[in-house]
Amino acid sequence: MSEKLTMGAVAYASKVVTIWEGFKGYFAANGLDFDYVLYSNYERQVEAQFAGEVQLAWNSPLAWLRAERMAAARGVSDQVKAIAMRDADQDLTSVILVRADSGIRSVADLAGKRIGVGAIDSPQATLIPLQWLREQGVDTASLQIVRNEVLAGKHGDHIGGERDAARALAAGEVDAACIIDGNHLLFTKEGTLPPGRVEVLARTAPYDHCNFTTSPGAPAALIDRFVTLLLGMSYDDPQVRPLLDLEGLRAWRPGRVSGYPLLDRAVTASGFYDAAGAVKADGYRY
Amino acid sequence: MAIATETLDLGDLGFDRGAHLLIRRALARLAPGQRLRVHGSHRELALHLAGWCRGRGVALEEAEGALLLGPCAALARTEQSGTPARPAESAPATWGMAARGADVELGAPAYHFPLATKAEVWAEEAGRLYAQAVAGQWDPDSAIDWNAPFELPDEVEDAVVQVMTYLVENENAALLVPARFLGQLHPHFREVMQCLAITVADEARHVEVFSRRIALRGRKPGLSSVGGQASLKTLFDTADFSVSSLLLAVLGEGSFVNLLNFLNLYAPDPVTRQICRLAARDEARHVAFGMSHLAWHMAEDPSLRHRLETAVEARYDALADTDGLNEEVFDALILLAAGAFDPAAIATGYQRVQDLVREMSDGRRARLMKLGFSLPEAQAMAERHTRNFM
Ligand SMILES: [Fe+2]
Ligand SMILES: [Fe+2]
Repeated sequence: MSEKLTMGAVAYASKVVTIWEGFKGYFAANGLDFDYVLYSNYERQVEAQFAGEVQLAWNSPLAWLRAERMAAARGVSDQVKAIAMRDADQDLTSVILVRADSGIRSVADLAGKRIGVGAIDSPQATLIPLQWLREQGVDTASLQIVRNEVLAGKHGDHIGGERDAARALAAGEVDAACIIDGNHLLFTKEGTLPPGRVEVLARTAPYDHCNFTTSPGAPAALIDRFVTLLLGMSYDDPQVRPLLDLEGLRAWRPGRVSGYPLLDRAVTASGFYDAAGAVKADGYRY
Repeated sequence: MAIATETLDLGDLGFDRGAHLLIRRALARLAPGQRLRVHGSHRELALHLAGWCRGRGVALEEAEGALLLGPCAALARTEQSGTPARPAESAPATWGMAARGADVELGAPAYHFPLATKAEVWAEEAGRLYAQAVAGQWDPDSAIDWNAPFELPDEVEDAVVQVMTYLVENENAALLVPARFLGQLHPHFREVMQCLAITVADEARHVEVFSRRIALRGRKPGLSSVGGQASLKTLFDTADFSVSSLLLAVLGEGSFVNLLNFLNLYAPDPVTRQICRLAARDEARHVAFGMSHLAWHMAEDPSLRHRLETAVEARYDALADTDGLNEEVFDALILLAAGAFDPAAIATGYQRVQDLVREMSDGRRARLMKLGFSLPEAQAMAERHTRNFM
């Protein structure tokens, strides 16, 4: 058996190369022979996990759910695990924004309105907020959903779709817009959301984002070493800090799956994947 | 058991108008293990606080309308970059651009500063000379009376222009040589950096005034000779800061002080005399800096003495086949010192230039002896200095 641990990552931006080259160096310096393979989209990456190309993958929450469904269908759920995640990926929320003068006072008022969302495969700007509205009793079939497709297949990793939705809201092209919580302040500061003219109508329940997902048959000893080294990275260590800053976290946390049920219900309700993890979403090109 | 908390009331202040400042301050004041309870009426406070805390690894709990932050881990570690008053013996590359004495966060990027040890760059007089230079800055427009009336015969004006042409090319070298070392110097050695910077500014002014004197009567610059440029190139190509200090400041600019004083005395017009007097004052500071630096470095590193001797010898050998000072400049100096074209005046002018050359050599020898060279060593080094003066 190979002593090298190979991980898949999606190239959603050029900094991805810098990030994983940095981690590769860190792991090598600590005696773990680690390499990475870049994919252009998460669907292909998850399929690669099941084709034995990579032993683990840095997965979006949606990719995790697909891997979980594929594992269940193949009877390998015990081998496909969320083993670690960023502190910054826990307990996120999304917000639904409206213009202050829109007269929309509650989610019920959204019925029949135009709602700007992110890309078709964005958990935070499309799937989760729409599912949350469904669970608040909103008939999402009555909504005119305006998608902002930026880099489909990258599961919403690119901020552009959310910014387009916010712009469309400010411009009056839609009546509501869905974005992740952290982008609200960013879009306010950069002027995309004009101060005082846009309000937060609602905020979803918290959910989790990315995780490292093991592939079926991943070598346990190498995975253990990987997790140990990851969790041992200290933000106080000047050698390690630039890597953590690049990847946008202060500390790695053990993986948990308690933050995914809302998205899982969204996947089922929208028919994004079937129970076996096959891609079923209409009009999804990647 | 309840965890101790501090309370911060933000009123209606939100993150869109600086709330983070008060929160960061309050967090910094928490005792270990303490948490911070944040109150505020801004509509988006909880939303923005969530994103802010997440990005900084600060725990946030939202419970029944209360926002509880922390407890926080200790802040990222720092190290102090020497003390403000006194530089360290060696400045690490990661102190980079930090103010001397600042708390530098560990993990900062490493800069490439080849000159980063006190032994090889320091000068005890640097701070004083910098302050003196700042106080001694002069504005060419107001310090020199460019409209002072004078009338010169064409040949005399030609001689002035030739000397000015020579001065400009030497000033160009005197500007670029310290500028190159300035770019290699770790800014931790602030006083040295400031001294080099203001020297560069002085030389920029010298280039200006000598160029303006050339153009004052509508002339273009005269001859730039191979010998002069060859001499300056050996100076320009010197890669060692201390060797360069010796060749440029102690030997070259030291000789220039004599030359500029000579021109202040014998130049035929008031404008030339004024600009040479002002430039000589600046040059004296440049010499003082070079002396102070070499005194320091020679005390720190006894082997430097031999390297300096060798460098003078090597430059002498490199220039052995060149002319040194070009004939046009030499003759122009004689003419300026003569003041007229009759044989007796020319003889006087010639003697004055001979006296100048001897005065320059005596000055070089005296400075070298002040640095600790013996009389025979100093004599040999002083004599082997370039005939181009700089
Ligand atoms: Fe000068
Ligand atoms: Fe100078």
